[in-house]
Amino acid sequence: MNSARVESRDFAPAPAPAPVSVRAPGGTDMDRRLSLAWTALAAVEDPEIPALSIVDLGLIRFVKLQPSGALDVGLSPTYVGCPATAVIRRSVEDALRNAGVGAFAVTEVLSPAWSSDWITAEGRSKLETHGIVPPRQSLSSLREVLRSDRPIGCPRCHSIDTECISEFGSTPCKALHRCRACLEPFEYFKCI
Amino acid sequence: MSDLFRYVLRLGDLSLVLGQRLGEWVGHSPALEEDLGLANIALDLIGQARLLLTYAGEVEGRGRGEDEIAFLREHGEYLNAILAEQPNGDFGRTIVRQVLIDAFQLELYQRMTASTDERLAAIAAKSVKEIQYHLRYSSGWLVRLGDGTEESHARVQASLEALWPYTVELFAEDELDREMADRGVAPRLPEVQASWASRIDAILAEATLARPAHRPHSWHGKRGQHSEHLGYILAEMQHLQRTYPGARW
Repeated sequence: MNSARVESRDFAPAPAPAPVSVRAPGGTDMDRRLSLAWTALAAVEDPEIPALSIVDLGLIRFVKLQPSGALDVGLSPTYVGCPATAVIRRSVEDALRNAGVGAFAVTEVLSPAWSSDWITAEGRSKLETHGIVPPRQSLSSLREVLRSDRPIGCPRCHSIDTECISEFGSTPCKALHRCRACLEPFEYFKCI
Repeated sequence: MSDLFRYVLRLGDLSLVLGQRLGEWVGHSPALEEDLGLANIALDLIGQARLLLTYAGEVEGRGRGEDEIAFLREHGEYLNAILAEQPNGDFGRTIVRQVLIDAFQLELYQRMTASTDERLAAIAAKSVKEIQYHLRYSSGWLVRLGDGTEESHARVQASLEALWPYTVELFAEDELDREMADRGVAPRLPEVQASWASRIDAILAEATLARPAHRPHSWHGKRGQHSEHLGYILAEMQHLQRTYPGARW
């Protein structure tokens, strides 16, 4: 299950997920299966942040057809110890089975390591709607991670007079902050 | 036992034992935020251990999986440096141990992203992103405690004196470390040590703590010779698998 592998070059790191009905009329059976798979995957929620689908989070790295005829679905974990990883994998398998995509296998993709930069624009706006500040776009340097105290804007009142009250929040991927202006606590999705 | 197998165990056991130690804080931390912080770091470490021990099992080629390797090996088969198994002590001592190991893992894994072993390179690249946040947390606390009250300063300085001698083992290069470096699997330990030392010096300076004097070491956890503490950790960690062999969630 933990077969780490390097992603093949013919697939972009963050594929744009196909929205619900992209299937061109007259598409082949393979197109139909790929489209069914993407649609099913886009409906799989993150167990910790149900507003977001795993496609919004950029966890699906590829869906490709194997010579055997089975679909190969590349799934990346967010954090190595995230307990949601096993749940997500099960949900992915259930969703693909229920969608009737035919034979498939789910491959864990470790490299390149998942980055918060791969959260889609839609994912970022969904996070914001749910009171979670999306990660800053652009990979932070090590120095920045170690010592950054750039203020994180409050998602409710947009004040930048905020403070970090816990480096780790309800999940490893988030930190807990508090707004000094409106006094509300909020979560920040860390840049990784 | 193949050399790569033993080397991967050294890495995986360090993560596993330290993660298990940090887990002891859950429900006992000074504040809820620290409970969350230590538990989340423990989770990341267990995650590293799972990837590494799974890989070790594949390298060994005898069909052992991560659980069998973690839960059914004996004391002397664990190859972690013994700093990881030192008791938690007070919160300050846990933080000192954490800073020392976080900085070590950071310098080691940053370099290991260029390993000739594709699998280790991938695990390193994944882990190093998380380790940055571990060090941010632990060094932030060390600065607050060191540059805090007289009491907190004295206590973390004492912990630093107590734990410092064990850091020597992290960098004590033996035949296995040299062979892995020659094959490009792992970075050279003296290089890792030099960057580790300057990173630690900068943190200690900010924390107004004094770096303890160097003392030669006689610890050989990396060869399976452990302190008495590891036995207690394993007794707790392995109890369920040994009592109910093959038990699953």
